[in-house]
Amino acid sequence: MAEETYPEDLRYHREHDWVRVEGDEAIFGITWFAQDALGEVVFYEPPAVGSTVSADATYGELESVKAVSDIYAPADGEVIAINDAVVASPGLVNSDPYGEGWLLRVRLTNPDAVSGLMDQAAYTAYLAGLGDA
Amino acid sequence: MSEYTSLTPEDLAEMLATIGVTSIDELLGAIPDDVRLQVPLNIPAGRPEQEVVAHLRQLAERNTSADDEITFLGGGMYDHYSPALIESIILRSEFLTPYTPYQPEISQGGLQAMFEYQTAISELTGLPISNASLYEGPSAVASAAYMSKLTNERPEFVVSRGLHPHARQTLATVAHGWGGRVVEVDLANGVTDLTELAELVGPNTCAVIVQQPNFLGAVEDLSAISQIAHAAGAVPICSADPLTLGVLEAPGNQGIEICVGEGQTLGNRLDFGGPSFGFLAASAHHMRRMPGRIAGQTTDVDGRRGFVLTLQTREQHIRREKATSNICTSQALNALAGVMYLAWLGREGLPELGELLMQRTAYARMQLAALDGVELLHDQPVVREFAVRLDAPVDRVIAACQDRGVNPGLALGHEYPEYENGLLVAITEQRSRSDIDTLVRVLGEVVAEIVGSRAGAGVAG
Repeated sequence: MAEETYPEDLRYHREHDWVRVEGDEAIFGITWFAQDALGEVVFYEPPAVGSTVSADATYGELESVKAVSDIYAPADGEVIAINDAVVASPGLVNSDPYGEGWLLRVRLTNPDAVSGLMDQAAYTAYLAGLGDA
Repeated sequence: MSEYTSLTPEDLAEMLATIGVTSIDELLGAIPDDVRLQVPLNIPAGRPEQEVVAHLRQLAERNTSADDEITFLGGGMYDHYSPALIESIILRSEFLTPYTPYQPEISQGGLQAMFEYQTAISELTGLPISNASLYEGPSAVASAAYMSKLTNERPEFVVSRGLHPHARQTLATVAHGWGGRVVEVDLANGVTDLTELAELVGPNTCAVIVQQPNFLGAVEDLSAISQIAHAAGAVPICSADPLTLGVLEAPGNQGIEICVGEGQTLGNRLDFGGPSFGFLAASAHHMRRMPGRIAGQTTDVDGRRGFVLTLQTREQHIRREKATSNICTSQALNALAGVMYLAWLGREGLPELGELLMQRTAYARMQLAALDGVELLHDQPVVREFAVRLDAPVDRVIAACQDRGVNPGLALGHEYPEYENGLLVAITEQRSRSDIDTLVRVLGEVVAEIVGSRAGAGVAG
């Protein structure tokens, strides 16, 4: 299990998804908080390459030993790759949520919109707020 | 006061006093008059238990059971022999009385029975994953269709008219709920018209659904049907009669991805149409979309063999509105009868029974086809059911045969207007060669009489 971290170079969605922008492309995954809440991930159901994903809408499912959860897209885009390594070994989401455990690579439809998402400071504050609730 | 419940006038007065009203009318006073029933319910007065039992017995005597006549009625439910062994096991209170176990792992015997059942269904269908059973055949077809909908999200189901009419009706009803359309493919010489099928299947086709053997008893070419489905990216689904799978190739070995069916033929009595069970088996990549429960084999902390319910994360008590189905249960007792029946027959008994059925059915088919006024509706290979066309009104023929102690089969024209005067004849191991000879004699006499009287009337006119 990975240490609790929230890298500075990522942007965060309130459903506990992260996005790493690389030019007009981006990588999606779920945060340490999300994988910790899910528990041991046993199955990843990705969308089809070539399909479109919309910000705030679900694009796939992660199943843990406890539950099946929807994964939310933090931004609009077209799917250009899925992480086959996670399909084969879903536990990568737990062991390396920001690295080998990435879920989706997309071509962003609207790269500027990503700056509207939470940065590291805002997301950790948001998590602290969840703890208080 | 009610004559069906034990409430006394004193009970009633006490209850009304407790809530502070003086009468039932006052209690219901808030309900507007125009929506209230102003007359007493039309229910007869209470009667002594003995009288009620006598009355029920009289009603029951108006039924004709498969024991009262020599029956060749099939069309989805069949008069196979259910050995006494089955009743003695399913009536054990450990199996008979429990409701769905909320702590299922406590009931290791129940889970093991499910696991053995799943193993048997998996072997019969040639598909690696089976659930622990569904309600019955038609809803199992609808469940398979919904699985394929979850797989490719396409809107159209191309369905053979060889699929049981009840299954087609159930599918149409259920598919309506998720915006699915059902398109039917005609039969040609008794089997699914592959040319028409290939024309109808396309990029909008979610699944192709056929039945093996089909409603007319004919054996379908599942490999050819699977190929047509796969070429368009559609899911090939087959509803199969499990009892015939001892002699027919397993659907899973012919490209079928989801195989479902009615389990009645496996050790479940007719019982006026139910209850029975449905089965559902699928290829591995459909595993996470399968409805219902699945028992899995595992080991406990000490390494001993044990059984658990698995993949429950997909069920409605966890997944709510996104559950793969709202069936979180199974027809465990009826499915248990099914697996006991298969164990009773054994690996050799099941194909032997299939061969016996084929021989008797071939004999009956040949004898009936030789009668004047009777011809085969199709000449496809069959296992235990076949269809003929009569030269006389089929309903009249059936009634006249029943008067002579023989039920010759099912009139096809009600569900299949294209087969007016079609008769579907089913043979089970309970119908001896002499029973079949009786059928041939009686049907031959009745058809000859009706045709003869018509000819006579024609001469007189």
